[in-house]
Amino acid sequence: MIPELGNFAAMLALCLAVLQSVLPLAGAFTGNRLWMGLGRPLSAGLWVFMLLAFSCLAYAFLHDDFSVAYVARNSNTALPVYYKFAGVWGAHEGSLLLWVLILAGWGYAVSLFSDKLPLDIVARVLSVMGMITTGFLLFLLFTSNPFDRLLLNTPTEGADLNPLLQDFGLTVHPPFLYMGYVGFSVAFSFAIAALLTGRLDAAWARWTRPWTNAAWGFLTIGIALGSWWSYYELGWGGWWFWDPVENVSFMPWLVGTALIHSLAVTEKRGVFKSWTLLLAISAFSLSMLGAFIVRSGLITSVHAFAIDPERGLVLLTILLVIIGSSLFLYALRAPVVKGSATYGANSREVFLLINNILLVVATAMILLGTLSPLIHEAIYGEANRISIGPPYYNIMFIPLMAILAFFLGASTFSRWKKTSLQHLVSNLKLVLVASVTLGIVLPLAVASSFNPSAMLALVLAFWIVFSIVKDLLDKTANKASRWQGLLGLGRSYYGMQLAHFGMAVIITGVCLTSHYSIEQDVRMAPGESITINDYTFTFGGVVERPGPNYTAQSATVDVSIDGEAYITLRPEKRTYHARGDVQTEADIQVGFFRDLFTALGDPRGDGAWVVRVHVKPFVFWIWLGAFLMAAGGALAVMDKRYRHKPVLLAQQEALPPTADSIEAVAKVSHS
Amino acid sequence: MSNRAKLFIPAVFFVAMLGLLFYGLGQNPNLVPSALVNRPLPEFSLPALFETNGVVGSEQLKGGIYLVNFWATWCAPCHVEHPYLVEISERETDITFVGVNYKDDVDDAREFLGERGNPFKLSLVDANGSLGIDFGVAGAPETFLVDQSGTIRYKHVGVIDNRVWDEVFVPLLAELR
Repeated sequence: MIPELGNFAAMLALCLAVLQSVLPLAGAFTGNRLWMGLGRPLSAGLWVFMLLAFSCLAYAFLHDDFSVAYVARNSNTALPVYYKFAGVWGAHEGSLLLWVLILAGWGYAVSLFSDKLPLDIVARVLSVMGMITTGFLLFLLFTSNPFDRLLLNTPTEGADLNPLLQDFGLTVHPPFLYMGYVGFSVAFSFAIAALLTGRLDAAWARWTRPWTNAAWGFLTIGIALGSWWSYYELGWGGWWFWDPVENVSFMPWLVGTALIHSLAVTEKRGVFKSWTLLLAISAFSLSMLGAFIVRSGLITSVHAFAIDPERGLVLLTILLVIIGSSLFLYALRAPVVKGSATYGANSREVFLLINNILLVVATAMILLGTLSPLIHEAIYGEANRISIGPPYYNIMFIPLMAILAFFLGASTFSRWKKTSLQHLVSNLKLVLVASVTLGIVLPLAVASSFNPSAMLALVLAFWIVFSIVKDLLDKTANKASRWQGLLGLGRSYYGMQLAHFGMAVIITGVCLTSHYSIEQDVRMAPGESITINDYTFTFGGVVERPGPNYTAQSATVDVSIDGEAYITLRPEKRTYHARGDVQTEADIQVGFFRDLFTALGDPRGDGAWVVRVHVKPFVFWIWLGAFLMAAGGALAVMDKRYRHKPVLLAQQEALPPTADSIEAVAKVSHS
Repeated sequence: MSNRAKLFIPAVFFVAMLGLLFYGLGQNPNLVPSALVNRPLPEFSLPALFETNGVVGSEQLKGGIYLVNFWATWCAPCHVEHPYLVEISERETDITFVGVNYKDDVDDAREFLGERGNPFKLSLVDANGSLGIDFGVAGAPETFLVDQSGTIRYKHVGVIDNRVWDEVFVPLLAELR
């Protein structure tokens, strides 16, 4: 009964989504306030029914209801409860359900936190979100229904969840990633609403900013979790492979980053309007493109979990309708006149434009790389696909990011409209000297090695950090006390600097781990040991260990420092009973300055095994930096001014006080 | 071009990309058999991976069963596949394993095989991917089964694991032996 209830809830959600796409928008066109007002209750209803549908599928998983085909394919009675729940989004149908649930959730959030927005804008935004939800719900119900039953031949046991996914990192990775992907639908909907009304003033940019920051923060965490997972679960110690699936999550992130910066310019200075609109449309379009590429199996990938070309065709149609119509609308309605504000060649506007160009070029080159097998095949014919490996991406991407890091530091001291070159130079002199000195001296002193590219990366990281520090000092110099000055700076300022600091942390992590990692894959018999730097790894042999739904070959590797016992690592090779798949489970001691990584290779007879022993300095900083970036995004979302501004406008317009505005002013004075 | 017309560029670009994706949907890489299956091995002569100035040519691949594997150190699935290749190369001694190091850093490749075991009796370097084009390689790893007459009998895209070996290669090999 429960799966039928879930199916029914999803159908009701589809009806509500259709109403939500039509009624508020029709109300906005005809000026019918009642219809416009329907957007909010409809989006709440949509959210409730999607939640119900999702809960029903989760119930089926937790109760081992193998009469549901999807559950039978992706769960097993021996699966730990935690993974049974995560199994809900372990394959195509369920992850699509999660996608729509999150989409409905964002729509509901917009309806909750939009009380300061004009009703006709809210109505249009919610209608656009309703249309997107309708598209994906149709896709869900008609091609990928997770509630389909196997009533005639109900299996007594499920086929188990893909062992690669039986891992904490990967159970939380999709929800975060989808929160990010789908979160960009809000910025997208605001852009479409703005194009429909033609009111492309600074207001729409201000409304869009917190939503974009939030989605971007989630996407940052999602990508970082994916990378962390491939680091310790795939068992070869890499953390980024330029795999198509990674690429398609990275592209919306890069465009989203560009969007965050261009929204700032559009809000503050009223320029780049068309460009910002295009970025808002592109960020969500690339998210949907990512879903398409992953789900259609168009491009083979190491992460390919769910492949089906027929579903791809349906998704392609959704893409055509949603993205095609929005780009067409953009072409017809985007403003062609230059913004009223002007800016000099050396201004914050120009710096942010450079940022945007670099990020968009990086995205374009990743897109080209990801699609190149297809492009090549289309030109040279079948059986002539080519593949592009990390060498291509590294050659293109690393220099672009180096230039970006340089401009990031420099732009800290730029001003809107016009910055004198003298002002920039005088501010950057000290920063330059300090970062170049430290960046060159530190690797020489600590690692006693001369590695130009590591040095350049460190110089750039210090360049960003010192710019931030100097800016903080400058901003607080004229205050009564430093502390007061620091308290006076807004949350969005701290958010920005925290995210920029995160970038410096990532650069440091990436550079040091790439250049100074020591990786040894050696054959070891029990009792043999290998020494890397100060660490001695002694192989203690392999024993069999039963798990809940697998049998593990569990090794012990004792690590000692200068003869003193330090820690014991237990890398495993697990054979999962239901599918017979073998999964490598690395054991890593995570440290702030270095990770000790061990993974078990293959048996070599007489109790000897191939053991992978890596010492990876600063690899933790990659994920730390990503976390700082996301935290920066969250801080910016919480900035007070997103709540202040509308009230101040109301005061400026000298409207008679209403109960609402008095309450709002009271709230402001309290906060 | 007027300013308004320029705004259509993204839409045009998008439609072009969509066309490409639509084309790609009909070309599932796992389903399309290689055009080379049941054709003779293409002729080639490429530098050997280990011997300096050494050359490996197609004439060396005659009169036995050969497994030609395209791999690279940058290719993540190849890392997954490699231990299994080592295992079967030790077991199936009548098959000659030929490794084509595809668009890779040669030093990295030597180190990789040195550390993790070398399943290949013959190793050659396809630095610019030209042999890959002759073979119609979509990406690494791809593996070709060549019979005693020098004819390509099967092409496998992606990782060879226990299941693929038992279900696909073992029956094919039984025919050949």
